[in-house]
Amino acid sequence: MKNRVREFRKSHGLTQEQLAEIIEVSRQTINAIEKQKFDPSLPTAFKMSKLFKTTIEELFLYQ
Amino acid sequence: MKQERKKRVLKLALWTWSWVGSLAVATFGHQFFWNQSKTLTLVTILLNLFIGIGMIVANRNLFNHFDELEQKIHLESLAITLGLTVVVGLTYSLFDLTNIIHNDAEIGMLVGFIGITYLISLLISRKKYL
Repeated sequence: MKNRVREFRKSHGLTQEQLAEIIEVSRQTINAIEKQKFDPSLPTAFKMSKLFKTTIEELFLYQ
Repeated sequence: MKQERKKRVLKLALWTWSWVGSLAVATFGHQFFWNQSKTLTLVTILLNLFIGIGMIVANRNLFNHFDELEQKIHLESLAITLGLTVVVGLTYSLFDLTNIIHNDAEIGMLVGFIGITYLISLLISRKKYL
C-alpha cells in the first residue's frame, strides 16, 4: 500500500516527532509508514486523515 | 508518553532483577544459608514463583504501552522464538535420549537459547521495519 503521509505532513508544517505525538505513536512508526515499510492500523489511518482534513483514500492508495 | 514508558521499563527491570535474585536464593539457599531446611526452601521457591508472576504482569503492561509497530515487531520476534524453541528444544531432548550427547539436557541451556533467539529476532525485525 502506498501513502502520501510525508507530503501531507510537510504541507502542514509538522515534523515526524510532532506528528507522532499527535497520533500517539513513536517517531519510528511515522518514519516506517512514510517509507512504506509498515501499513498503519485503521484507527491510526483515521486519526491521520482527520488531522490532515482529507479522506483515507486520498492519504492511502491501495495498489 | 515517554515518562510513562520509562516508568514501565523501570518497573519491569525491578521485577526482573528481583526474580533473578530470588531464583539465586532458591537455588543456592538450602546449600549455603540454611541447612537443608525444607520449609525455608519451599518458602523461597514459592516467593520466586510469586515474583515471576509479577515480572510477567510488568512485561505485559509494558507491551500494552507499545505502539502498533513496536507490538508487531515484538510479536514477530516472539513467534520466531517460540517456534525455534519448540523445534530446537525437542532436537536437544532427542540428542539426550539417544545418548548422542554425553551430558544430560539442561533447562538452563533452553532458557539461554530463548534469550539469544529473542534478541537476534528482535534485531532482525527492527532492521526490517525501522
